[in-house]
Amino acid sequence: MKQAKSAMKTDTKMKQAKSEMKPGTKKPVYLKNGGKGSFLMDIVRNPSSYLLILPAVLYTLIFGYLTLPYMVIAFQKFNFRTGIFNSAWVGFKNFEFFFKSASAATVTWNTIRLNFLFIFFITVFSVSFAILLNEIKGKWFVKITQSTFLFPHFISWVIVSYIVYTLFSYNYGIVNKTLSFFSIEPVSWYMTPKPWIGILVGMRIWQGTGMSVVIYLAAITGIDGSLYEAAKIDGANRWLQIKLITIPLLMPTVAILTLLSIGKIMYGDFGMLWAIIGDNGILYPTTDVIDTYVFRALRLSGDPSQAMAVGLFQAAIGFVLVYTTNRIVKKSFSEGALF
Amino acid sequence: MKKTGVFDIVNYILITLFSLFCALPLVLLVIVSLTDEKSIIKNGYQLIPEKFSLEAYKMIFASGSDVFNSYLVTIFITVVGTLAAVIITAMAAYTLSNKNVKHRNTLALFFFITMIFSGGIVPWYMICVKLGLRNNILALIIPSLLFNPFNLFLVRNYMNSMPDSLRESAVIDGAGDIRIAFQIYLPLCIPVLAVIALFYGLAYWNNWWNAIMLVDTRNLYPLQYYLLKLKSDMNMLADLQGSSTVLASITMPSESLKMATALITIGPIILLYPYLQRYFVKGLMIGSIKG
Repeated sequence: MKQAKSAMKTDTKMKQAKSEMKPGTKKPVYLKNGGKGSFLMDIVRNPSSYLLILPAVLYTLIFGYLTLPYMVIAFQKFNFRTGIFNSAWVGFKNFEFFFKSASAATVTWNTIRLNFLFIFFITVFSVSFAILLNEIKGKWFVKITQSTFLFPHFISWVIVSYIVYTLFSYNYGIVNKTLSFFSIEPVSWYMTPKPWIGILVGMRIWQGTGMSVVIYLAAITGIDGSLYEAAKIDGANRWLQIKLITIPLLMPTVAILTLLSIGKIMYGDFGMLWAIIGDNGILYPTTDVIDTYVFRALRLSGDPSQAMAVGLFQAAIGFVLVYTTNRIVKKSFSEGALF
Repeated sequence: MKKTGVFDIVNYILITLFSLFCALPLVLLVIVSLTDEKSIIKNGYQLIPEKFSLEAYKMIFASGSDVFNSYLVTIFITVVGTLAAVIITAMAAYTLSNKNVKHRNTLALFFFITMIFSGGIVPWYMICVKLGLRNNILALIIPSLLFNPFNLFLVRNYMNSMPDSLRESAVIDGAGDIRIAFQIYLPLCIPVLAVIALFYGLAYWNNWWNAIMLVDTRNLYPLQYYLLKLKSDMNMLADLQGSSTVLASITMPSESLKMATALITIGPIILLYPYLQRYFVKGLMIGSIKG
């Protein structure tokens, strides 16, 4: 970015130099920014347009850019009374505290493990069902099933937590009732951490598959129909058509979406985990992620500096990941990149 | 032909099974809310209960439960927030697509950067507190929800696809940018504005993040946060103890009451679902072409 900017500057300088060499020609007025004129000039020329965008700009400035300077409190012992400018500096102490604690490895590992499983299963399920739905001729059947797939997406995680409770409650839960029907000892699910990886992945598949199916189905519909006709003439059955046409042509979309979600693998799903698990510490060994940890550090133990240090660690790795995955996408599938 | 027959049958079965997987949990929720409390205590939650009862719903409506207050809060923030958000987004999108604004791409970059970079929740929380967005209705409307750059780019792309001559002829007729934006562009953008209204509206309706971070007063709880509190108040404790005491004497439908309350909160979503679904799919399509 910086290089490009300085290159642009030298370019305009050369242009100015050239125009100065020619006698009799007037100095061009707006040459900065490639001849667009300054921001101020733009505002003067389009005052009402800039007025229209002002609310959005102010909002982004306050809730987007103003958050950045606050990140220094990760290196302070922040005090609400003295504020960001007068709190004591403590160097890397907050980071040290986090990395020396047992939680650091647990929450980082849990975040990555859960997100990886979510990405993997949602991709497998939604690609499979998109391909299967595409093979169905009955239009109303596709419509109804697709709507059913999508419905869970509109349900908030809080409601999902109620559903999880009806399934896994110790006394009344359907799972325990079924177990006792087969005379197996009921399990106290809310006190056993291990199975929750599976439960969470299951709920995630339930909630997220529908939306991905819609996207993949759209990508499949975009495939050139004449390819299938040619394959049919050559005698390929439907299985072969799927294997040799649909799947290979769908792969770029799958790759792009997967890479982009891998870029976000450091960000746990706070909404899901806090609604379903909440502050049930017994389940933390498998379900506590960076985001829930930061939340507790901020709101429950009330240590913003500590929380910020963890947040900064997350943001740093997260940014590297987003940047790398985006580069890979850009190199392999130019049209799918974020930036 | 015979082979494709088998393929089709397996295919229909698989899809039907997954549809059931998607639908059953919600059906279960409905049924539990309609189950008699005594049969829950006796048999647990069941898909086909021993005895149905409307007791839970009767109780909610008779007692004038807190849920109605939360309902009002949620409706208010959803309506006001969505309206404001759509207008703010549409206005900004107009400027970003206005060819007379030479720096429109710089402005777009300004918005885009915040989609990748942000300080996270700690600075966000501090800024909210500094602005006095704490324990008031504005705390539920303004932070996080009022503006989303993704929606902005959705509307901008839609506006970019409209012919420039539209604006030019309006300028010749003497209209200013504000008038062009509100009287020409906004009405023509209704399809995409409906999509982002849905995105914003759903975000407001299902939001409890703002409440958990910024609101402590009970009468300001939006629906989802109310439900979250209800759940943790009522059952987590009982379940953690493994609760060996079966309270057979209980007549108050607490289990079905919980589920009935949960169901009431998603009522509007169920009723509006055909509309929601159509616009949502449309929005995904526009978004996935170029986000």
